[in-house]
Amino acid sequence: MTRKQKRLAMIGAIGLVLAVATGLILTALRDQIMFFRSPTEVVQGKVKPGEAFRLGGLVEAGSVVKEPNQIVRFVVTDGANIVRVTHQGILPDLFREGQGVVTEGKLEPGGVFNASTVLARHDENYMPREVADSLKQQGVWKDGKGAKP
Amino acid sequence: MIVELGHFALILGFAVALFQATVPLWGAIRGDAVLARLGSQAALVHFALVALSFAALTHAYLVSDFSVLNVFQNSHSLKPLIYKWSGVWGNHEGSMLLWVLILALFGAGVAVFSKRLPDDMLGATLGVQGLIASAFCAFLIFASNPFLRMPNPPIEGRDLNPVLQDPGLAIHPPLLYLGYVGFSIVFSFAAAALILGRVDAAFARMIRPWTLAAWITLTLGIAMGSYWAYYELGWGGYWFWDPVENASLMPWLTGTALLHSAIVLEKREALKTWTILLAVVTFSLSLLGTFLVRSGVLTSVHAFAVDPERGLFILLILIAFIGGSFALFAARASALQGGGLFAPISREGALVFNNLFLSVASLAVFVGTLYPLLLEALTGAKISVGPPFFNLTAVPLMVPLFLAIPFGQKLAWKRGDLLGAGQRLWICMVLGVAGAAISAYATGGGPILALAGIGLGIFLVLGALDDLLDRALRGGIGLIGARLRAIPQSITAMALAHAGAGLMVIGISATAFETEKIAAMKPGETLALDGYTLRLEGIGPVTGPNYNAIAAEFSLRDPAGAELARLRPAKRVYIGRQMPTSEVGRYRHGLSEIYVAIGETSDGQHVDLRAYHKPYVLLIWLGPLLMSIGGILSLLDRRLRIGVPARRARLRPEPAE
Repeated sequence: MTRKQKRLAMIGAIGLVLAVATGLILTALRDQIMFFRSPTEVVQGKVKPGEAFRLGGLVEAGSVVKEPNQIVRFVVTDGANIVRVTHQGILPDLFREGQGVVTEGKLEPGGVFNASTVLARHDENYMPREVADSLKQQGVWKDGKGAKP
Repeated sequence: MIVELGHFALILGFAVALFQATVPLWGAIRGDAVLARLGSQAALVHFALVALSFAALTHAYLVSDFSVLNVFQNSHSLKPLIYKWSGVWGNHEGSMLLWVLILALFGAGVAVFSKRLPDDMLGATLGVQGLIASAFCAFLIFASNPFLRMPNPPIEGRDLNPVLQDPGLAIHPPLLYLGYVGFSIVFSFAAAALILGRVDAAFARMIRPWTLAAWITLTLGIAMGSYWAYYELGWGGYWFWDPVENASLMPWLTGTALLHSAIVLEKREALKTWTILLAVVTFSLSLLGTFLVRSGVLTSVHAFAVDPERGLFILLILIAFIGGSFALFAARASALQGGGLFAPISREGALVFNNLFLSVASLAVFVGTLYPLLLEALTGAKISVGPPFFNLTAVPLMVPLFLAIPFGQKLAWKRGDLLGAGQRLWICMVLGVAGAAISAYATGGGPILALAGIGLGIFLVLGALDDLLDRALRGGIGLIGARLRAIPQSITAMALAHAGAGLMVIGISATAFETEKIAAMKPGETLALDGYTLRLEGIGPVTGPNYNAIAAEFSLRDPAGAELARLRPAKRVYIGRQMPTSEVGRYRHGLSEIYVAIGETSDGQHVDLRAYHKPYVLLIWLGPLLMSIGGILSLLDRRLRIGVPARRARLRPEPAE
């Protein structure tokens, strides 16, 4: 190969890999991201049917009901609106009534959120930033009280 | 008193760092060897002062001095000694002090081990290292001071986050920081080379041991963190594509690329600007990682002691160093003389292939990690980019790389013979496919991608080791022993590191064949798990030094009915913070594990539990362990060190100092 051909081969290969990678990244960014929604947004109908999303807020005090087969029902609130959530599995250690929670799943036809995952945190005074922001929007958040963002 | 001594030592260390950042650098640029050489002394004094400061904070933790705010917030007198000690870096201030200590350690390392560097190179490198040290010392002293006293000392501390009360805390953060921060010295070398306009084979030899040392510890640190999350978080995951994990993976990917591109620079004097760029990018990504972890701008499951305001300070340091180094790069890189082009089918061609895929994979991780921040800033929409994104981008980009590794190992410099390499690797490929077929038969089918992954892993392990076999057999049967001994250590190192990557691929693929059972059990009930039987023997309270727990005792029986082990997963509540954590029960057989975690046992009658059988799961961490063993072997290869002084014959025993 001549010098020019070598250079072209090299640039061509790099370009090809970059193009494939960019394609993969853009496709995945379109299809594989999950939006974070507050109960208010869910109630306002901002969620497309069948869309998987993250629902975050506070676990409403007194709303946790444990049923057979490790099914748990609870209510997530942002102070203004609520969404009923059902989850099958074992709840993380730091799941507590009145505390912040982030769940991942889909809305069922009846308006109940079926959570495939309830996210755990390492830190008891840690409030997921998204939850803190949505609580602030609803005026429920008070700085310095309990959890810190 | 000791605390004030530590505080004072830190301030003095800051002053020495400022000296180190200016005088030797000026000496290097002006060509004044005496001033440039002062960098060594400054680096050693700076290290001694920071070490003294760190020792003072450690002392405050060990004696539970709650008059120190940091100790009060993160320690408890009942805490076992190992957690008092490792708790020093289990919080923001202490972990930043550890960061600065390791930064100083690498500066001192250059002062001690690289005495034979040219004067100007030494001065400029230690000068840049001093700049980084000054910035982070300032951050510690003005924004994250661990030595602040409290006016009215309380009697008891608030305890350390229980999740962190684990031997993992003693190992994982120091290893990870050694890796992260270790790349700082490579960055300093690169900046010095740019300032002095000298990038050549000698430069590649200079940075080699430091890049390797940082890479080894970063590999071990990430693997250790993954293993810790696996047994601590109670749901058996080993990698979540969480922002904090990605923050450590990005410098690892570019650091691995740097390790390989430096070889091309050393052997062929090519890829000069690229190698420099990688050195700059790798440390920039380490800084970015520090910022992401410390500021909490991204929601993570592993975030501890985050503080958004201090994040801003780190962001400024980040912008200054990344911006400064890229400006320097833009100004000086064009002056570097380009190396020759080379044939695509050659060792250097293969290493370019490696660099291309590692960097692009790193780019994919970068986009996925930072896209939520960008989108929120632009549109206000809050999104999360989870495992599906990375499984569709970074993972497919790694597959061609893994496939190519055994070929690359067999190609010669300048002009390789792909067909010749392929002839030997055919057998490895056939064995890989056979391995996948056997797994499919043994598990009764299974996801095709996981089977392909197992085949790929087997091919990679065999292909990597085939190089050693080939070399050993070249001289005929009688010479195997002699030929094996004649294999250069760095060749063995490469084979082991690549085989380690293969083992990890097998381990990750095998997770597709795990079994998960979720159940509620009463004492006396049994649960079948892939032929094994778990029987709940009882539930009872357990008291620990600083926690109370409810533990469940299970007996584990094999298919024949013989008892293998007793597993005691527990739910602990720590006295200091009244915070619950899970302890899992595990039984290892071969490379596989039985893993049991329990949920709440509120009524005392039955427990909710999650039980897993995880085949070959330990390979996920043994692979990286083998990779780092390869790295250590390579680091110890005396042939590759610069300026190894010939060992003087000792005429008489010297007295100990």
